Amino acid sequence: MSDTTVTRSAVDRTRGFSTLQRARGWMSNPWGRPRFLVVITWAYMIWALVPVLIAIQFSFNDSRSRTVWHGFSTKWYWGDPVNSVWNDPALRTALSQSIKLAAADVVIATPIGVALALGLARWRGRGSGPSNFLMLFPLVTPEIVMGVSLLLLFTQLFTVVHTGTTAQILGHVTFSISYVVVIVRGRLFSIGREYEEAAADLGASPSVALFRILLPLLTPAIVASAAIVFAISIDDFVISQWLSNGADTTTVPMAIYSATRAAPLPSTNAIATVMVLITLASVVAGFLVWRMFTRGERGAGQSAIGDFAALDA
Amino acid sequence: MYPRWLWPAFALPGVVWLVLLFLVPFYAVIGVAFGSVDPILLQAQPAWNPLDWNIGWFSQVLGELTPGGAYWTVFIRTVEYVVVSIVGCFLIGYPVAYYIARHATRTKTLLLILLILPFWISYLMRMLAWVNLLAPDGYVNRFLIWTHVLSTPYGFLDGKSSTVIWALIYGYIPYFILPLYAALDRIDRHYLEAARDLGASPFRAFVHVTLPLSKAGVLGGMVLIALPMFGDYYTPNIVSGAPTTSMIGNQIDLYFHGGPQPTIGAAITILLSAFLVVLMGYYMWTIYRASKELRGA
Repeated sequence: MSDTTVTRSAVDRTRGFSTLQRARGWMSNPWGRPRFLVVITWAYMIWALVPVLIAIQFSFNDSRSRTVWHGFSTKWYWGDPVNSVWNDPALRTALSQSIKLAAADVVIATPIGVALALGLARWRGRGSGPSNFLMLFPLVTPEIVMGVSLLLLFTQLFTVVHTGTTAQILGHVTFSISYVVVIVRGRLFSIGREYEEAAADLGASPSVALFRILLPLLTPAIVASAAIVFAISIDDFVISQWLSNGADTTTVPMAIYSATRAAPLPSTNAIATVMVLITLASVVAGFLVWRMFTRGERGAGQSAIGDFAALDA
Repeated sequence: MYPRWLWPAFALPGVVWLVLLFLVPFYAVIGVAFGSVDPILLQAQPAWNPLDWNIGWFSQVLGELTPGGAYWTVFIRTVEYVVVSIVGCFLIGYPVAYYIARHATRTKTLLLILLILPFWISYLMRMLAWVNLLAPDGYVNRFLIWTHVLSTPYGFLDGKSSTVIWALIYGYIPYFILPLYAALDRIDRHYLEAARDLGASPFRAFVHVTLPLSKAGVLGGMVLIALPMFGDYYTPNIVSGAPTTSMIGNQIDLYFHGGPQPTIGAAITILLSAFLVVLMGYYMWTIYRASKELRGA
């Protein structure tokens, strides 16, 4: 096959075919070396990631500019007595509010989601169909629709809750449960029922089969979903904003949003950088635990990354 | 081996949660949209009983959303932005997903990591990055002046539609590429070998085998990014902020956060959801089908 490719492109060159035709040849030959695809792919990666790296660079700028480089400094993290992430009360509040919401979300959404995944995967009675349908809905609803409806819920119907931290936590859990279900259910199907049935044949009671066999097998999925819930919650902007009631319940994405629209300082870049590190740390930790538990179930680390990537899709 | 009540009991807390905090809130939107407005305080007075519904506000908003109405331009602009952005995502995303799925060998792991990385960088951080770059004295303007393309800085951030579309593509393209990559990666290479053995040219093999087999992935990715784009208001607000680039989400945001007129905001929200129902249904169907396949396997 590759011989054919070589002669083809040689012929193309001698006949002076257009670049487009040559590009077409590379794109379409599944065994050839598609040079222009390599270029597009790496150009995309640079385009997708370098702007963020530049934003991180300017969080270390030794001046108030986010566009002109004046040398390295950590003053926007802790050095500046007024405007640094550490010393600006608004940024500190935002950081603690974001972490608080994400932690509460993980603690509440993970157990509810795991139980729902188990229930939906195995319950075959009336009501299981509609429940499955209901579970998928939050995944496809635009966030602004959820934001509006939760805001009106807490201001018009369940007025005991009010807007604020409680409402934000309830909102975050609502959009997180479905992610947990999808991740855990995938794992549940790949495990199958053989292990539990074997345990039952050997005399295990249902509770032993459930807690000593099934739950340990589900652990990687539970850990991965907890990490992903933490990450999506800490990066959430829309639900937090719609259910916020002022400065005390501002999260970091909200602080970035309002700063970007006003006059941002490099401290905005600094707090955004902190958030990127927190999110990446939680996802990497989730991935490492996932791989530790599923090692031996598959060959190389490559497919483990593929599996973990598939969790998002 | 397990008691019959066990699985419904496991599902119960989650189902109750979603009913109370996902379904009931929709009813709150309907109640407000079909309610009335206090003439003095201008506060929404929701109508919970369908018999008390007042369709006055709703039909007024509906009228403004039809050709010639005040929201019609915004609606058309939203559709334009979303469609152009989706086409942009496809043109950039397909070659990237195709390369990683089909050709990347030694670099595949690295490319996959780079591909998922934007998922875990806050969307707002990624927008902030472009605001820095596109500022009058930012790197982009300075590069264009240095190369003599421009003589004075170009106001990328002063309400330009192209900047909003650029930002939408940049913001949502990772969500398009990843499912498409997964779909392309699943394609059985034997089909391609068969096509080549039967004499298809590489280009024909691509057009008649790879492209049709990746159709579901392309459509899924498109719907996945279309839904949040239709509800987006923060992207145009961050990179433009001008009324000339406002989308339908900005109208909703304005009626809740700008001037408190929740009745109109709720009515627009309902109409937006009704407009998106087909896309939502399609996407839910694909997830449902995928989970069924998983269960069967």
